[in-house]
Amino acid sequence: MPPFPLPLTDLLGHWGAYWVYLLIGIGFGAVLELAGFGNSRKLAAQFYFTEQTVLKVMFSAIVVAMSLIFLTSALGLLEFNLVWVNPTYLWPGIVGGLIMGVGFIVGGFCPGTSLVAATTLKVDGIFFALGTFFGVFAFGETVAFFEPFFYSSSYGRVTLMDVFGVPAGVVVVLVVLMALFMFWGAEQLERIFGKRDLKREPRWRYAAATGLAALALATAFIGQPTTEERTARMAPEIDRQLAERQVQIEPAELLSLIHNDRLNLIMFDVRSESDYNLFHLLDAEHIELPNIPTTLARLRMEPANTVVVVMSNTEIASTQAWAILTAESVPNVYILGGGLNTWIGTFAGADFAADHSRPRRPAMTGWHIASPPHSATATRWPTRILRISISPSSRKSLSARGAGPPVEAAEARPQAARRCVSICSCPKGGQRSSLVDV
Amino acid sequence: MTAQLAVSSGKSRRLRLMRSKPKPYMHPYLAGILLGLVLFAAFFFTGNGLGASGGVNRIVVFFEDLLAPQHVDRTAYLLEMAGGSENALDSWIVFITIGTMIGGFLSGWINGRLRLETNRGPNVSVRVRWMMAFLGGTIMAYGARLARGCTSGQALTGGATLSAGSWVVMFAIFGGGYALAYSLRKFWN
Repeated sequence: MPPFPLPLTDLLGHWGAYWVYLLIGIGFGAVLELAGFGNSRKLAAQFYFTEQTVLKVMFSAIVVAMSLIFLTSALGLLEFNLVWVNPTYLWPGIVGGLIMGVGFIVGGFCPGTSLVAATTLKVDGIFFALGTFFGVFAFGETVAFFEPFFYSSSYGRVTLMDVFGVPAGVVVVLVVLMALFMFWGAEQLERIFGKRDLKREPRWRYAAATGLAALALATAFIGQPTTEERTARMAPEIDRQLAERQVQIEPAELLSLIHNDRLNLIMFDVRSESDYNLFHLLDAEHIELPNIPTTLARLRMEPANTVVVVMSNTEIASTQAWAILTAESVPNVYILGGGLNTWIGTFAGADFAADHSRPRRPAMTGWHIASPPHSATATRWPTRILRISISPSSRKSLSARGAGPPVEAAEARPQAARRCVSICSCPKGGQRSSLVDV
Repeated sequence: MTAQLAVSSGKSRRLRLMRSKPKPYMHPYLAGILLGLVLFAAFFFTGNGLGASGGVNRIVVFFEDLLAPQHVDRTAYLLEMAGGSENALDSWIVFITIGTMIGGFLSGWINGRLRLETNRGPNVSVRVRWMMAFLGGTIMAYGARLARGCTSGQALTGGATLSAGSWVVMFAIFGGGYALAYSLRKFWN
């Protein structure tokens, strides 16, 4: 795995890591001040074409950072999967952005620059900063009135590469070209509206533009690492973890994970759809092996207490799924050791095994193992197996559609789960039960 | 360099602060490249970007939690940051925000730009400018929380990682600004 970003909390401790952020913040504030962003007239001038400092500073910063991020990622130094990408909430973003534009031209700052203005004793900056304190307070108190809108049009981690379907390097080159064109346009505006003499502008800016273009072209030429390249790069580490059985967990460990309310457990069942419909663990999601990469965008948005467990009948397919997720730097991925066969061997009673080994049952019936709760004294968990029949009405729709039993069975799951809760009156001791399928 | 030397001896620093003309601002492209390097360093070492409104938000919620903890626990949006025993200040973004203030102050000090003044258009009274600044700050922060980040947290940070939503936010900010700029031209010019 690429060495960067650094695991700061492991290196410096929970609060120690914040020192790094403090230093970065100091650099940020200093540069904003150096650029003149503590001065509201300089900022507002952006909107009257006389001075394009805001555009020049912002876009040079964006293209420099962007080129370096994707170049270091292409070189295998930086793991882009671990880099925070702002999630997209389209309409709240558009409306919020327009409101911000209004606030910018009315107040003459943005929140970051007002902090710099305030600490350099600009009184208008102090008033703006007080306004931001009041504004965030007002938002926190009123967001409940339009919460559906606030969480609407959520697309998760989407980049421009995903939107346009082109490689990162191509987007980097296009953004750099667009920025250089905008710089040229901005200088023309300053010449016309700001009466600025462009001959007095420093000549090093041409060299900087050339260097930037070269950086972008290099990024596009090298290209971002594919899953195969990542797997190959990590092969020794992957093989070691598999050989030492560090990532295979016992059925009992999985059971304990299912009942751990402090963890966000995600289970991927990578078997065939028919196997899944015949029997699967409650809350396990069916994702076939070729579709594993489609889960990556979602997994990157999951909270830090997320644990992913992949399972198949044995360990073969699940190990492949594990390797893909691990190569893409998804943290905390495990394999159900011995697969579902071992799970059944551990927990299922004789009647289940007998039933299960029979020729395939009619697809109307789904199987669920209801996992019992923790018990400190029990050495072996008793297993309850619930057999849930689909109601006559859905049976009718099955026969009407003819070919769709697996889909219907999968759709019947939430209902089945609800019924499961009512059937097993397990002593939960007040804890949230994993059986409650929300 | 001369400014830094002057700062190191107490007496001449004070004289310098009061008498010397403030040093001119850095060339925009050079400042932009430096800002880009800071932003890249943030991503490269920590995996996170920059931001301002998020830190301000948490500082406000911290005080709300001191004054009205039950209210915070009942409001879903605040609960996420300071519910129960959660400390609203226990977040990297707060330290970025504190650092921004320190860094801005240091740079203003070293470059002789620490002076009590109100920057405003020639046709506006100081009082009106202050009121507009407060109003603008309120509007800006409200929009920033709605968009889940301000010019720093969305436009800069998301712009550099090519987040689709952040590019939309960035153009919306400029759009909103330019749309209203004409009606406010007397205020600034």
